[in-house]
Amino acid sequence: MTNRLKFMLKKELLQTLRDPRMRIVILIMPVFQTLIFGYAVTTDVKKVDTAVVDLANTTETRTITDQFISSGIFIPAYKASYDEAWYSMDQGEIQAMILFNRQGQMQFVTDGSRGLSAGVTAGYAAAILTRNQHPPITVEARAWYNPLLESRNFYVPGVIAMMVMVVTLILSSMAVVREVEIGTMEQIMVTPMKRWEFIVGKLLPFGAIGMVNVLVVTAVAVFWFNIPLQGSLPLLMLGSVLYLMNTLGAGLLISTVSRTQQQAMLSAFFVIFPASLLSGFAFPIANMPKVIRFFTIFNPMRYMMTILRDIFLKGNGLDILWPNYLAMLLLGTALLTTATLRFKKTG
Amino acid sequence: MSEKSVTVRNLTMSFKEVQAVKGISFEVSRGEVFGLVGPDGAGKTTTMRILAAILTPDSGEARILGFNSAADREKIHDRIAYMSQRFGLYQDLTVEENMEFYADMYGVKRSELKASMDKLLDWSSLAPFRKRPAGKLSGGMKQKLGLACALIHTPELLLLDEPTNGVDPVSRKEFWNLLYKLVDEGLTIIMTTAYLDEAERCHRLVFMDKGKITARGTPQEIVSLIPGGVLKFNSDNPFEESNKIAESTKAVSTVFGSQVHVMGSITEEDIQRSISRPLQITRTKGSVEDAFVYLSETNHA
Repeated sequence: MTNRLKFMLKKELLQTLRDPRMRIVILIMPVFQTLIFGYAVTTDVKKVDTAVVDLANTTETRTITDQFISSGIFIPAYKASYDEAWYSMDQGEIQAMILFNRQGQMQFVTDGSRGLSAGVTAGYAAAILTRNQHPPITVEARAWYNPLLESRNFYVPGVIAMMVMVVTLILSSMAVVREVEIGTMEQIMVTPMKRWEFIVGKLLPFGAIGMVNVLVVTAVAVFWFNIPLQGSLPLLMLGSVLYLMNTLGAGLLISTVSRTQQQAMLSAFFVIFPASLLSGFAFPIANMPKVIRFFTIFNPMRYMMTILRDIFLKGNGLDILWPNYLAMLLLGTALLTTATLRFKKTG
Repeated sequence: MSEKSVTVRNLTMSFKEVQAVKGISFEVSRGEVFGLVGPDGAGKTTTMRILAAILTPDSGEARILGFNSAADREKIHDRIAYMSQRFGLYQDLTVEENMEFYADMYGVKRSELKASMDKLLDWSSLAPFRKRPAGKLSGGMKQKLGLACALIHTPELLLLDEPTNGVDPVSRKEFWNLLYKLVDEGLTIIMTTAYLDEAERCHRLVFMDKGKITARGTPQEIVSLIPGGVLKFNSDNPFEESNKIAESTKAVSTVFGSQVHVMGSITEEDIQRSISRPLQITRTKGSVEDAFVYLSETNHA
């Protein structure tokens, strides 16, 4: 490490740590986000208010209704007519309906406007009905890696990828532009400092912040939410380093095409949203149309998402995950190279 | 080493469609305060950036302290200081930290740093504010800190691009006193300015307009370019009367406060004829500012 680089790093750290907002971004924000995803963001369905309209009112229909109620998930609200039931669904008072016509035929209706939970509710209903067939069909579904199908286990590791991208992409995209805006860039240009020293000096501190974020979120995930970390922590760190090459490279690239900090910030968000949506964080890539799936190939967050979930929940090693590491290495190198070439120290 | 600090030959520079510098040449001797004077858009900043070896000219050559500005960037950067219009200070770093940072960038040895920092802080009277963040300094103090940072590696040549832009008159005067002290120590200074009173303080000047040099010389030589000097009279309606003269004669007329300055081939009688009231006209040599107005007016015509 050259002396100049060392001093550049020192200056960046001094500036970053002196800014109280920055301290919040680095330490509080990741914890806060993890808690939100751990507690609030859940696709598990625990309670479904259900209208019951039983026009047949036979032993059979009453038995089926009871089976639903005894599951503990469906909370019944008896209604006299279909219309009344529909009305309360329109009002949002109920999320499902159990309807029996006069012939005793059953209809189960869920509120499709609730997307994911509608599907889950329908699944529960089907399970209850299947179980009580005569003779009963025994279906024993077992979810590997996440036996209780806790969405927390699924989402919290993914938060790491989100957090690291948000923090490091925004910071690095604004960093160089800020120097241009306040005029220090012009001043640094006339010092004997070399281009690579400037770039490394700028990006390394944000890389360090990114790594701290990874550790903080991992700690919260493991010690607070008891999410099992089945795989190796060093492997997770290696993935994070490769992932940071991508986010910092993209940030620097944004920096070279932006004139003001606001522009850089907006461009960063413009990258973050599609990257998150197409990462498999919430929506499985496998279900996406072919064209979109093609684009996810160039999304580093996609690979990080796989690595995080596989290491946390499956305990996979490099033998299985290496294509993801390789993809991030290639993408990251491409991004950093492009950004460095675009970034001219001389005006 | 040559005794010329800077030699510029037929420099041209274009940005896309605009030709900012159109073949200028000049020389600056060691220990000189040299001024690039001209209106906005004259190409002064572009010229300075070429001298600072940040921009590579399209054609022509700039030799800075014996080095070619395009080829020997780093050698030049080691030996010069450049202070852009808004010297970049890190607002959240203290006075001391800013100076340390620039010292480190220039590779000033730690053992020498303390002495030169103390000297510069003392010289700029910033010593009591060592621990204050740069963002909390007044405009004039920021300017001085900028200069102190620029000088931390004891350069041989100082390039100043409109250094006193937006600085109050008292601080400007102080700033100039600092500059003269530096010149006494043997530093060469090249500066751009739009303030004509500052131009008068330079040893030699060139006037730039639309990318070309339109006049050059010492302030006295520049002033002598006004043929016949300046005719002045006081007026209650200076603008109205100035316009009248400009319309009825071929002279260049301009307003300074409540005074009308008339230049060119014109006599007291000519002026008296266009203004129908008794005037008290005095004739003087004029100032650099008069010369500047005269030169830019006659060039545009």
